[in-house]
Amino acid sequence: MVTQVENPILEVHDLTVSYQSKPVLWNVDFSLPSGSLTGIIGPNGAGKSTLIKSIMGLTEKNSGYIKLFDKPLSKVRKKVSYVPQRESVDWNFPTSVFDIVLMGRYGHLGLFKRPKQADKEFALECLRDVGMEEFKDRQISQLSGGQQQRVFLARALAQNADIYFMDEPFVGVDAATEAAIIELLKKMRNQGKTVIVVHHDLQSVKKYFDWVILINMRLIASGPTETTFTKDTLQEAYGGKLTLLSQISDLLSKEDIPTRQG
Amino acid sequence: MNTFWIILTGCLVAIPCSLLGSYLVLRKMVMIGDAISHAVLPGIILSFMITPSFDSPLVILGAGVMGVLTTFLIEFFSQKGKLPEDASIGVTFTWLFSIGLILSSAFTSKTDIDLDCILFGEILNIPLQLWITESGVNLGPSPVWFLGFVNLIIVSFIILAYKELFITTFDKAFAIAIGISAGLWHYLLMGMVSFVTVASFESVGAVLVISFLVTPASTAYLLTHDLKKMLLLSVLFGIASAVGGYYLSNYLDSSTSAGMVTMGGILFAIVFVISKKLKTA
Repeated sequence: MVTQVENPILEVHDLTVSYQSKPVLWNVDFSLPSGSLTGIIGPNGAGKSTLIKSIMGLTEKNSGYIKLFDKPLSKVRKKVSYVPQRESVDWNFPTSVFDIVLMGRYGHLGLFKRPKQADKEFALECLRDVGMEEFKDRQISQLSGGQQQRVFLARALAQNADIYFMDEPFVGVDAATEAAIIELLKKMRNQGKTVIVVHHDLQSVKKYFDWVILINMRLIASGPTETTFTKDTLQEAYGGKLTLLSQISDLLSKEDIPTRQG
Repeated sequence: MNTFWIILTGCLVAIPCSLLGSYLVLRKMVMIGDAISHAVLPGIILSFMITPSFDSPLVILGAGVMGVLTTFLIEFFSQKGKLPEDASIGVTFTWLFSIGLILSSAFTSKTDIDLDCILFGEILNIPLQLWITESGVNLGPSPVWFLGFVNLIIVSFIILAYKELFITTFDKAFAIAIGISAGLWHYLLMGMVSFVTVASFESVGAVLVISFLVTPASTAYLLTHDLKKMLLLSVLFGIASAVGGYYLSNYLDSSTSAGMVTMGGILFAIVFVISKKLKTA
């Protein structure tokens, strides 16, 4: 069940990606409307991260093409932001919170050019938006998981992009940070930005996202959360994992009751 | 005067090595630096057979090509062959190094290559290689001029490309996503490492140059959480090892380059103990 949209901000066409000749993504084909807050959902190893890595040109494709704003990524890099998984970098790296956020401006600077005063002020503003202004001179090795994620988010904001791809921003963060991040993402969506988030906590999908992409190597479903995030599509995505399935039906029957995690 | 030239040579080796070494340490690629410093040997010997002078552009080119080839082979075996990276490093550089050894034993009879000198360096010979112009003006040892030129290139590279080196070292994926080629900067950095290695081997040797790449940078890493300070401190520790090492080796009447490396190790040990004390205090 795939809802294709007109004038999509992102179009993924027949994407196949394999690792050591094992397919990770198989013939994935979908499009996304501008101004949506989208969750990419699927079981572990379903290819969720691989999907956004391919969109960002970080993984080689076997076939298919990807268009952003109807153009290849190389033509629109300044409008596209990427937040890698928090664990993908070395947090003992000798640098400060502010220098990491300033990195978000690098895409707007030419080769060998240094950030200007305006870039620094903008970076500071982004740090304020994630509630980390007083941590600006802090060494990144002294941050908690939630604070690290906020710094990454501030760096993405500093890119001042139109579409944001985030790889598992809620993993290993405290509840307060998760709430603050989702609040910020919704605010960005309301300002007309498009946000795509790799996510694996099924409990919060309905609360967080207005659009859902369900994958398990193949694309299972893509469309508005209301019509796409259903028992049938979940069953298809999560297959024969029985215990999980019972949890899912449990979840779906109680979907209007606030969960404990909320 | 000789003392001055020897210490200056030591410092001119230590400065670019410490700067590039800081990035090797942060990229967890110190062993690639080690590999390059060994693998340039066949490049040096082959070029030397064509032009018998250590500071000719051909030798630098030969070594540079070998350095980049080494980096490429290591990546190739680990990515295409799915070999663990350390195994890939081990296979590549020992193989290239041994080819260098065979070349040198096959051809040293025809040239005046001294293998000991290539492997361990002889910094005491530096003041003897005077550069005297045609009008008879003594400009000092030519290797010092050459190393000075190397310093100019490496220091400008580190300053100009600070932003690019910082981002590709900290977060490769993000760098690629915003259009900064992580691969290009990786090869540029490794090319610079080869360049410095070949510029340094005459004075400290291809084997000990790895210590200049890694020890001052590691010592600085222990002391600071700021990249710019780390670069500066590593240069200071590099210079301190060169100066201190010269007097240590004089006192012990031993090899000068070994003295400098030993001094670097002593400084590292002292800083290690102090930084542990500071953290527990």
